[in-house]
Amino acid sequence: MSKEYYITSSCTISNNSIHKNGVLLFEEKGKELNNFLISAYKNMGLNYPKFYKMDNLSRLGWLGTELLLKDSFNKDSYRPEETGIVLSNRNSSFDTDTRYFETTRAIPSPALFVYTLPNIVIGEISIRHNFKGEHAFFIFEDFDAAFIQEYVEGLLNNSILEACICGWVEVLGNEYKAFLLLVEKKGSMAFTTENIHKIYYQNNG
Amino acid sequence: MADLKEQIVAQLNLQDVKPQDIGNDEPLFKDGLGLDSIDALELIVLLQQEYKIKLSNAEEGPKVFHSVRTMAEYITAHQPSNA
Amino acid sequence: MRAVFISSDNIVSPLGLTSAENFKNLRAAVTGIRKHDRSDMSEQPFYAALFDERSGFSDTKNKNGFTRFEQLLQASIENALNSGQVKPTDPRTIFILSSTKGNISLLETGADSKEIAEAVSLQHSAKKIADHFQFINKPVVISNACISGLMAMIIGMRFIQSGKYDHAVIAGADVISKFILSGFQSFQAVSNEPCKPFDASRTGINLGEAAGTIILSADKNNSAGVKICGGSVSNDANHISGPSRTGAELFQAINKAMQDAGLTAADIDFISAHGTATVYNDEMESKAINLAGMQDVPVNSLKGYYGHTLGAAGLIEAIACIHSLRENVVLPTVGFGELGVPMPLNVCSSLQEKPLKNCLKTASGFGGCNAAVVLSKDEK
Repeated sequence: MSKEYYITSSCTISNNSIHKNGVLLFEEKGKELNNFLISAYKNMGLNYPKFYKMDNLSRLGWLGTELLLKDSFNKDSYRPEETGIVLSNRNSSFDTDTRYFETTRAIPSPALFVYTLPNIVIGEISIRHNFKGEHAFFIFEDFDAAFIQEYVEGLLNNSILEACICGWVEVLGNEYKAFLLLVEKKGSMAFTTENIHKIYYQNNG
Repeated sequence: MADLKEQIVAQLNLQDVKPQDIGNDEPLFKDGLGLDSIDALELIVLLQQEYKIKLSNAEEGPKVFHSVRTMAEYITAHQPSNA
Repeated sequence: MRAVFISSDNIVSPLGLTSAENFKNLRAAVTGIRKHDRSDMSEQPFYAALFDERSGFSDTKNKNGFTRFEQLLQASIENALNSGQVKPTDPRTIFILSSTKGNISLLETGADSKEIAEAVSLQHSAKKIADHFQFINKPVVISNACISGLMAMIIGMRFIQSGKYDHAVIAGADVISKFILSGFQSFQAVSNEPCKPFDASRTGINLGEAAGTIILSADKNNSAGVKICGGSVSNDANHISGPSRTGAELFQAINKAMQDAGLTAADIDFISAHGTATVYNDEMESKAINLAGMQDVPVNSLKGYYGHTLGAAGLIEAIACIHSLRENVVLPTVGFGELGVPMPLNVCSSLQEKPLKNCLKTASGFGGCNAAVVLSKDEK
C-alpha cells in the first residue's frame, strides 16, 4: 500500500543563482561556474577544505545538498543507513572526462580520474553527512520527475530508507543545474510528480 | 624548499593553506596537512612533472612523502644529472 | 511480493560469446587475461582480458552505426533474448543498461566536443539499442561505478516485485581504452602480472572487457531454474576511492540483502566476491564476510578469468553464479595461492562439486559504493 511522503526542503542552483525553498539565497551574475561555486561557498561561510579538490559536478551537488539540509534536516532523527541519495543527469561526468583526458597527453592525473564517475558526487555528500543508505545514479536525457518520484517512493515504502535526497545534478562546461529535494515521512508538501514539477520550474531563474 | 611548498599547494588544491605555513618537518599526512591517498598519488605526478623523477616503487611513498624535507632530500638525491 | 525468476542470460567476453561457452571455460579454469603490448593504450606492456581478432569485437571501427561498446551490448542482448521467451516489444518489459564509461574511447578520436558529448552519453547508446530491439519503454540507464551491474539487477528485481513491470532485460558492458587504463595506472592499481585475488602477494587489478545480459521475469514459466531473492546497496561514507577500513558498510548491504531474501548465513552455499586483487579491496571484503559470519563459506573471485570488467562485472559474475547453482559447482579462484587478508576466508581454489541452493554476490567501487545480491535455486 502506498503511503504519503513529503518534500521537506528544496534547493536549486542554476543561472548563477541559488534558491532554497523558493527564496533567493545567493546570486552573482557573469561568473564562470567554477568561480561562481567558490564564491557561493565562501559567501555561505562554509568550511570544508575538500571542497576545493572536487570537480564541478561534485561541488555543485555537495554545495546544493549543504544548503538543502541547513536548518531543514535533523540528522539525529535517523541512523546513517536510513538516509539515501538518488541522483540523475544527462552527461554523466563528461565535463571532467574531457579534463582528465587532456592530462593523459602528459601525465594522467589520479585526482581528476577519480571524478570521471558520476556517482562520486554521491560519495562526497555521503562522506560529509555520514549517509550510508541506498543510493543510485541514473542517466536520463532530461530530468524525469515521474521516475525519480516513483523510485524514491518505492525505497521509502519498503523501509529501505527513511529519508532521501533526490534530484538532478548536471554540468557540461558552463551549462549546469542542480535541483535537489529532501524527502521525509513527515511534512506538509506532498511528494508528488506534480509538486516536483512545480518546484523545478518555479526556480528555473 | 619554498618552491616545493608552493608546488605542493598548487598540485593538491590546498586553497586554505599558505605555503609558508607548512613546516619543513611537519608530517604531510594524517595529523599534519591531513592529506589522503589520492594526494599521495598526485605527489607522484608532481615529482614526475616538475622534477622528471619517476617513483618506481609506490611502497617508497610514505617515506618519501613524510614531510617537505624528506621530499626535498629525495629530489636532490634523484635529480637526473642533466637537469 | 512477487518472485523474480531468471529467464535467460548471456556473456560476451574473451572467453566466449555465449554463457555456456563461458561457463565451460570457467569450469576448466581457462583465463582470458593475456599480456598486451599496445602503444595506443600504454607505454608499458600490461595484462588484461581483451577481445582478440577471432572474437569479431576487436575492431574499433563502427559497424552499422554501432560503436564497439554498442556492438557488444547488441550481441549479448540478442543472444539472451533468443534463449528465452521474454519479448522486448511487450509493454510490460523494461530495458536497463549499466556501464561506467560506455563510449568514452571516442574522446581519443579528437572530434568536436559537442558531438562527442552526445555520442558518449549513455542514454544515446541506450536509445540506439532500444530502437534496434524495438523496446517499447524508455530505457533506464544506471552508472554507479563498479557496482553498476549489480545495481541494475537490483533495480530490475524491484520493478518486477512492485508490479511496475513483468520482465526486465538488464545489460551491461564496458570496453577498455587508454582513458580507463591510464586512470587505473595513475592510481598505481594495475598489477604487472595476472591478478591474484585474496593472495598474500597480490599487487592490483587487471582490466577486462565484456558484456552481459540477464533477463528477469515474474512468470514462473520463463524460469530457467534460478531466482533473484534479495539485493541491497550501501555507501561507506569514508573515502571517494579507498574502501572502508572496517567492511561494516559492505556487511550492511550483505545483511539487508539476506533479510530481503529471508535467509541466514548458514543458508549460503558460496559467495562470489568482488575480489579485485588490490590490497585494500580484498582486505575490506574479508572483514565484511567475517562480520556476516560467512568466513567458512566457500568464496571465489572471477577477476583472474575476466579481469575487472567494470560496468559488466556484477552482471557477468552473477551469471556465473546462476550457472554454478544450476550445475552444482563452485568455481576456483584463478590466481589465488596463499591467503593474504587480515580475516579468515575459505577461498575456493579448485573446482568443488556439491549440491548448491543459495549464493551471495557482492561488489564494491569508487565513491564508496557496495552492493549485494542473493540468488537461489528455483525448486520446482
